[in-house]
Amino acid sequence: MASLKDMRNRIASVKATRKITKAMQMVAAAKLRRAQEAAQAARPYAERMDGVLANLASKVADKNSAPTLLVGNGKDQVHLLIVMTAERGLCGGFNSNIAKLARQDAQKLIAAGKTVKIYTVGRKGADSLRREFGKSFVDRTEFQGVKQITFDHAQGIANKVLAMFEAGEFDVATLYFSEFKSVIAQKPTALQLIPAKIPEAKGEVAKGPSAVHEYEPSEEEVLGDLLQRNVSTQVFRGLLENAASEQGSRMSAMDNATRNAGDMINKLTIKYNRQRQANITKELIEIISGAEAL
Amino acid sequence: MAGTFKFELVSPERVLMSVDAEQVVVPGADGDFAVLAGHAPFITTLRPGVLDVTAGGTKRRVLVKSGFAEVDPTRLTILAQSAYDVDDLTPAIVSKELAAAEAELASAKDDAARMNADTLVNELRRLSAKAA
Repeated sequence: MASLKDMRNRIASVKATRKITKAMQMVAAAKLRRAQEAAQAARPYAERMDGVLANLASKVADKNSAPTLLVGNGKDQVHLLIVMTAERGLCGGFNSNIAKLARQDAQKLIAAGKTVKIYTVGRKGADSLRREFGKSFVDRTEFQGVKQITFDHAQGIANKVLAMFEAGEFDVATLYFSEFKSVIAQKPTALQLIPAKIPEAKGEVAKGPSAVHEYEPSEEEVLGDLLQRNVSTQVFRGLLENAASEQGSRMSAMDNATRNAGDMINKLTIKYNRQRQANITKELIEIISGAEAL
Repeated sequence: MAGTFKFELVSPERVLMSVDAEQVVVPGADGDFAVLAGHAPFITTLRPGVLDVTAGGTKRRVLVKSGFAEVDPTRLTILAQSAYDVDDLTPAIVSKELAAAEAELASAKDDAARMNADTLVNELRRLSAKAA
């Protein structure tokens, strides 16, 4: 049986933990708002980009001369998985869900006889995939100490990926990140990056005035330029979604932790009080029976 | 004057400018062009350069580094990778960008990249000379 002093210490320590988780929850809530704003602000660019791309892609009728970024290089042998996770833990299932999805896909691909290469962004994903796929790691990027994700970060990753594609180091690239649905729902998502998955042209856009656009210097050149930009835009989007998801996930995880700590404190306090009373009663009985014996 | 059109300058991070403009001069890949209301629809890539925006009688100049422009009769959208208002440019920013552009010029792999970096360097030099 734990002594009273032990129990007092235990309660104090759980209280301290609750304070920390409470603080983390509030910090995450503040950061979540910023991350959401950033994701929202980035949306117009991505939407325009999608619109123009969908338009152009539907125009390039001759699939043989289309850029490889759009139709692929005709092979399907080497897969590059770009796994984007957070730098920090303590955010519920956020990191492990992304890693799990990537791991399942990697295992499927390996079982199908494909070669898998992994590019990790963020420390946590690298940590959890290293043991199984350590040999497949080709590159990694970490954002330790980065406060706000900027487009330059995405650009850096995209440039590396594009350079690898041009060097023929992989045939298909897939991006793994967590899509931000709401504060309580984040969905790990796989998005094919190369060859580009072009969103279906929305009926109106395709038929509307934009269908008669002229292109300068030429359709092919504009498309080639856009496709490269599209890679960094998608990476950027993934990073922003991830940032929002991470904070959302952490917020709900810390909320749960705070509540659990509260329950635990209540239980421990009751136990402590019982024990204390039992001790007093015991001492009284000892005194009384001692007096009676005299 | 044919009136105004909707001009939007969008960077990957946010919408930088959204105004009703009378005229915008855009540095296109194949040469500068001015957009007025009712311009024929077309899409072009940009070279690094300065946008001249005339809106509500006032002029604004914005430095853009690569991107593309989508022109409609009623709308001009510029998706720029990064943009600075020329009035906000401080010598510190210019020299930082200049150093980055020069490094890019030195490491450019093909002619197109070299030309892009070269235009940017020249543009920045001109701006920094004006600022000084």
